Amino acid sequence: MASLESALIPILAKYRGDPTALLQILREAQEALDWISPETEILVASALQIPLTQVKSVTQFYAHLYDHNRGKYRILFSDNITDRMAGSVALFERMQAHFGVEPGQTSADGLVSIDLTPCTGLCDHGAAMLVNSIAIGRLDAERIDEIAALVKARKPLAKWPAELFAIDDNIHREVTLTGIPYVPGSGLDAAIRLGRAGMFDEIKRAALRGRGGAGFPTATKIEGARNAPGVQKYIVCNADEGEPGTFKDRVLLTSFSTRVLEGMAIAAYAAGAAKGFIYLRSEYQYLRAKLQREIEEMRASGRLGVSIRGAPGFDFDVEIHMGAGAYICGEGTAQIESLEGKPGRPRVKPPSMVIRGYKGMPTIVDNVETLAHLTEIALEGGASFARRGTRASTGTKLLSVSGDCERPGVYEYEFGVTIGRVLHDCGAVAPIAVQVGGASGVLITPDEFSRKIAFEDVSTAGAFMIFGPDRDIFEVARNFAHFFAHESCGFCTPCRVGTTVQKNLMDKIAEGRGSRYEVNDLMRLTDFMRRTSHCGLGESAGNAVRDTWLKFRPAFERRLVPHDFAPQVDLDAALEPTRLATHRDDAAAHIPAEG
Amino acid sequence: MTELLFNIDDLPVPFKPGQTILEAAKAAGVFVPHLCHHPRLKPHGGCKLCTVVVNGRTQSACTYKVAAGQEVDIDTPELNAMRRSLVQLLFIEGNHFCPTCEKTGACELQALGYEYEMLSPHFAEFYPADREVDASHPDVLIDRNRCIMCERCVRASRDIDGKNVFGIAGRGGKATLAINSPTGKLADSDFAVTDSAAHICPVGAILVKRNGFATPIGERAYDAHPISDSVNVCEIAEEAK
Repeated sequence: MASLESALIPILAKYRGDPTALLQILREAQEALDWISPETEILVASALQIPLTQVKSVTQFYAHLYDHNRGKYRILFSDNITDRMAGSVALFERMQAHFGVEPGQTSADGLVSIDLTPCTGLCDHGAAMLVNSIAIGRLDAERIDEIAALVKARKPLAKWPAELFAIDDNIHREVTLTGIPYVPGSGLDAAIRLGRAGMFDEIKRAALRGRGGAGFPTATKIEGARNAPGVQKYIVCNADEGEPGTFKDRVLLTSFSTRVLEGMAIAAYAAGAAKGFIYLRSEYQYLRAKLQREIEEMRASGRLGVSIRGAPGFDFDVEIHMGAGAYICGEGTAQIESLEGKPGRPRVKPPSMVIRGYKGMPTIVDNVETLAHLTEIALEGGASFARRGTRASTGTKLLSVSGDCERPGVYEYEFGVTIGRVLHDCGAVAPIAVQVGGASGVLITPDEFSRKIAFEDVSTAGAFMIFGPDRDIFEVARNFAHFFAHESCGFCTPCRVGTTVQKNLMDKIAEGRGSRYEVNDLMRLTDFMRRTSHCGLGESAGNAVRDTWLKFRPAFERRLVPHDFAPQVDLDAALEPTRLATHRDDAAAHIPAEG
Repeated sequence: MTELLFNIDDLPVPFKPGQTILEAAKAAGVFVPHLCHHPRLKPHGGCKLCTVVVNGRTQSACTYKVAAGQEVDIDTPELNAMRRSLVQLLFIEGNHFCPTCEKTGACELQALGYEYEMLSPHFAEFYPADREVDASHPDVLIDRNRCIMCERCVRASRDIDGKNVFGIAGRGGKATLAINSPTGKLADSDFAVTDSAAHICPVGAILVKRNGFATPIGERAYDAHPISDSVNVCEIAEEAK
């Protein structure tokens, strides 16, 4: 390991001591030193001239930053419900057995730690993991053994067999965005021909709505930022694809990144912005180098930089910012906080981001897919774009299909496609439910399979997780309850405490000690979180539990005890340590269950 | 000039442009419960005790601006039940043992518990075992068991005292009050008992030492009057010190 100063000085120099680069600095410090020690924190705080508490607040906020030594190899198993369905629990235990470590503990020789992390965006690749933030999919027992051997041999990650890191696009249905080949520069040229005002009019005519789930009209954002006063304006490409079950942005960033980057430039052209960021989630670290190369190629070929494609005044450049393991940073204002190097806590609105966003300047935060669609609109015009889809939901939508089906992967459809059609196309056999929109989305049952994917019916950022006849929907909801307790930012009371109460109540029911009392509490709690939380995370954190109770009641009921109430503490179980200590196991050493 | 009006619980109330609902309600003598809000600090919006219904939608009264003709519900059975649940959540999240706490009777959390008729914590307590007590400072004690993450001290130290002694570190349920010193101890920071941050905690997480029982239990701010009797909650508690 390099000495502290020699490792940190070049990183601090690279970011010119800019405190808003704190998150990037800490990420790179961890890459160099394996973890962020108290000494590192003190050195960074003094170099940036910021309070030590500010450094600690960032280190401790992001799940992929470690203020304890977690070893040379930091293994995180993806723990989405789809990973569990692909056998991740047994694989996790197999890996632990290789090293004899408990979850989250570092092996005594400082070699390795093994823990869980929320969905890594590889739901179409079976069970998945991250090793030092680099993704590996298609895990099976053989792969676990192979990886364990590589770790034991202390082989540097860069020398591991390349096929371990192979990630496929798995596109099974194409329409326009994925189906029509894109000529680099063509969208930019078309936008320049239209002019800034003309390009904006086409976006408005296209009635493009945000693909991140909320469906906000893109033209309204662009107009807001364009008209807002500000010496600098920003375009942020939200590539923090953290919603469990979604991975279509991964595919867009892999094979359609030209559309994404030129879409950013088109948005910037229409809004009068000159600077852009890609906020790339930590789990997609493996895509960073490729994206960086493309940005440099675009600069070299005049598709980024000053006077793009020779158009005077069309100046725009893009920088990649890495996340560090925080679902909340997918929320626009939290993402801006994170871009400014702070913990990702959603801001109070108003003011809206298009008025006061990044560094107080007008900022447009758009989903990867939304930006990619701008290249289509520039080339074919808004009216032609709006002919696809439905009146209220124009264009096509990428769906990330996973779970119990023959062909998981990315499917492009015109908006308005029925859920049943998607299930048919991907080869789902007798599904009992689909979770559309991820953990914060909606649980769809067979009697609703005729419903449509559209903002006016079932709205989604693209997650589409299918559950076959043998799946236990209660466990799906419990997995999501754990997810939200892990991801709550902690800013507001209802979400910070409520998500943990929800998780505890679901665990109590899972242990067979829950009654209708707990169910009533859950229903009251989820309603109350929805109404009082500060942002969408808390508002939607109870959706899955509520939907499961309303639509899959037997999955709940078969776990409930028939009493009015079961105590929080199982008295007999609580005596177990005493029985072990006294070597007793006779009848008098037990408390009989009431009933 | 005609007076600008909005409605609180169906009664017309005047307001000045730019005021938040909480400020306008307070000026009109209407009680709005709150914990993270403090008149000397910028609005925060985290505790959610001040949740009100504005034209049918829930909003935080401390950050939401009044507009003419707005219909605001504040004192309704439904909202008060939600507030009781919020207070219960704050109680179970930490370790709050009122009978042994020096702040009892002058504690805003406890007073709101009484106000909303909280008879039990209702939810299963978390009993966190990792909340550190910091008695290192000669004049001030930090007991994180009682911290409710309102960030009043964080903001007061930064925005009034110009010191940045406090911060919140950790995410979600792991959030904890962090102190800006190499050791993390208050004694090694530049904190002073004269700082406004020493006197702004709504609960007993930041206590001035050698002050115990200066006011007998039974004669403290909220022993005499329920918290809703006063709209200037924070000032009352501070005067009582």
